[in-house]
Amino acid sequence: MTSTSATDTAVPPPTTGVQKHRALSDRAIINLFIWPTLIILIAFNVFPLFYSLFLSFTDYSAIAGRPPVWVGFDNFNRVLFSEDMWRAFTITGRYVLFSVALELVLGFALALLIREQFRGSGIVTTLILIPMMLSPVVVGLFWKLIYTPTFGYFNYLIGFRNPTVAPDWLASRFAGQPMPGLALWAVIIVDVWMWTPFIALLIYSGLRAIPDYLYEAAVIDRASSWFQFRRITLPQVMPLMLIAVLFRTIEAFTKSFDLVMGMTGGGPGGQTEVVAVKIYQQAFLGQFQTGRASAFAYMVLIIVIAISNLYIRNLNKMRED
Amino acid sequence: MATFEETGPRHPVTESTRVDKVHPRARLAKNVRAIVVIIVAIMLLFPVFVMMMTAFKSRSDVVSIPPKLIFEPTLEGFVFLLTERSQLSGAALEEARANADELGIFGQVALRNGQRITGPSDFTIRLRNSVIIAFGATVASVTLGLFAAYAFSRFDVPGKGDLMFFILSGRMLPAVVVTIPIFLMYRQLGLHDTHAGMILIYTVFNLSLTVWLLKGFIDEIPREYEEAALVDGYSRFQAFYKIVVPQAATGIAATTVFSLIFVWNEYAFALMLTSQKARTAPPAIATMLGRGGIEWSAIAAGTLVFLVPVLVIIFALRKHLLRGVTFGAIRQ
Repeated sequence: MTSTSATDTAVPPPTTGVQKHRALSDRAIINLFIWPTLIILIAFNVFPLFYSLFLSFTDYSAIAGRPPVWVGFDNFNRVLFSEDMWRAFTITGRYVLFSVALELVLGFALALLIREQFRGSGIVTTLILIPMMLSPVVVGLFWKLIYTPTFGYFNYLIGFRNPTVAPDWLASRFAGQPMPGLALWAVIIVDVWMWTPFIALLIYSGLRAIPDYLYEAAVIDRASSWFQFRRITLPQVMPLMLIAVLFRTIEAFTKSFDLVMGMTGGGPGGQTEVVAVKIYQQAFLGQFQTGRASAFAYMVLIIVIAISNLYIRNLNKMRED
Repeated sequence: MATFEETGPRHPVTESTRVDKVHPRARLAKNVRAIVVIIVAIMLLFPVFVMMMTAFKSRSDVVSIPPKLIFEPTLEGFVFLLTERSQLSGAALEEARANADELGIFGQVALRNGQRITGPSDFTIRLRNSVIIAFGATVASVTLGLFAAYAFSRFDVPGKGDLMFFILSGRMLPAVVVTIPIFLMYRQLGLHDTHAGMILIYTVFNLSLTVWLLKGFIDEIPREYEEAALVDGYSRFQAFYKIVVPQAATGIAATTVFSLIFVWNEYAFALMLTSQKARTAPPAIATMLGRGGIEWSAIAAGTLVFLVPVLVIIFALRKHLLRGVTFGAIRQ
């Protein structure tokens, strides 16, 4: 394509051969431009959701070769009163809570550190984003190697020199004894590693938008630096932190699947079975309980839609400011 | 009244363009901060270094206790990853050793383990699938997204807010949730485990990203350019492709790259909607662990093959990273 700037394209008058284009009204252009996108979204997003809503009221297995049998609210009842589901939600909840809290605190600290630019700060802020841009499943895999108690680096770095008395993170064992929760923490650590730089950058972009005169006024009033932080910095970046929290919460239901599958596959003994992994196991492994998995998935869907609604609303507010 | 020149500043000057005027404490604080940031960055990147190192370790170096930082680099990992080999013994091995000079680098590495390369491995097919599917889906989603974004940016589309929300909400859905019905749908339509099926599903999921990002970029192009063109007798469509598209070139490039990264990294759909023919690299790397002993160096090599394009892209795009991740809401 020739590089045309606005000034020289405006000069040559159109040839008469393109009259049929001009016949297109704005209305027609809108339809022509938007409908392909909408149709494909309806076919692959809306229709499947209705289909799975139907499936969630049926007893159906994708591999059984029998048509779905209507069972009413049976699946929802079973899912709601199954310990498995609550366990998966508890694990997901803990995962979100701890990882997001750590990411916010560490991210805020990092943002304050990179707030003032120094020579090479541009390249450093780019480099620390590398983890986030990697495929989570691949990240999970190579952290599996790093966590290996015998030939992995992690234990040696945090000071365990002897593999026999060191934690075996992904097996939730410490010096041969079971230590429940360790595997989940291993996943949380990786999550924090991946996403803290992103949160830091988000907060940093908020920090840069704070006008200097607020701080100048505070200095004139002899406000302490703690007061400045609490009354100026924090409220000004609050909307961005909210966006970060919502974004990460949605991700915990979506991307956590890749990370957990790469690292533990849900193990040991289901200790890292987050909601997405649980649904996957129900729907695509063993007996392929498609109907019940659909019901489970729908409950997650409602939660995710609620959170993403909040998220998009906040994004829009941000955009308008 | 005393002027500034007579009394000087009331506070110690902490910032100045003249280095000798900066308060030493402030200068020190700045240096300390820079050093801390660099240390944090090194810590954050350590796992990536480990992965790069492991890719070049030999089998025995990978599992040495304690882990080695200094080792003799080898291409074993890449050979394991990219080729199928057969074990040689006796006379065949002797013969192969005698003709070692004729072999390529990979062949010689394999020979050191007494093996002969019999052909490319499955993983090369997976990589090819990844490339085909990533490019197919990206071209489709950026093209469709560009049209839709232009319409949303320039016209009063009825129910614009709701439509934009609808477009974005698709992306928030967990892959697992959407995949159950799509899996059944694909089986009916014969799209399961096909390139076309994967391109379609990724196109759908990238549309939300491309529409939102491109709308942001097009919003920034002044309307006056097109209006001038329209006055000069251009049709809307001509104004779109002769003025808006070239002006949005940077934005289109950035969007394209985000779309590529997403497909390149995607795991969940690929795991559930493909089995053999159209399987992409991420689920293939994940299952590599299960097959015949853990070949960590091969996995690390696979990860590295995967990482390099992403690294290049990050550097090319560093100005737009934040924007891409937040659907254009936040600009760096």
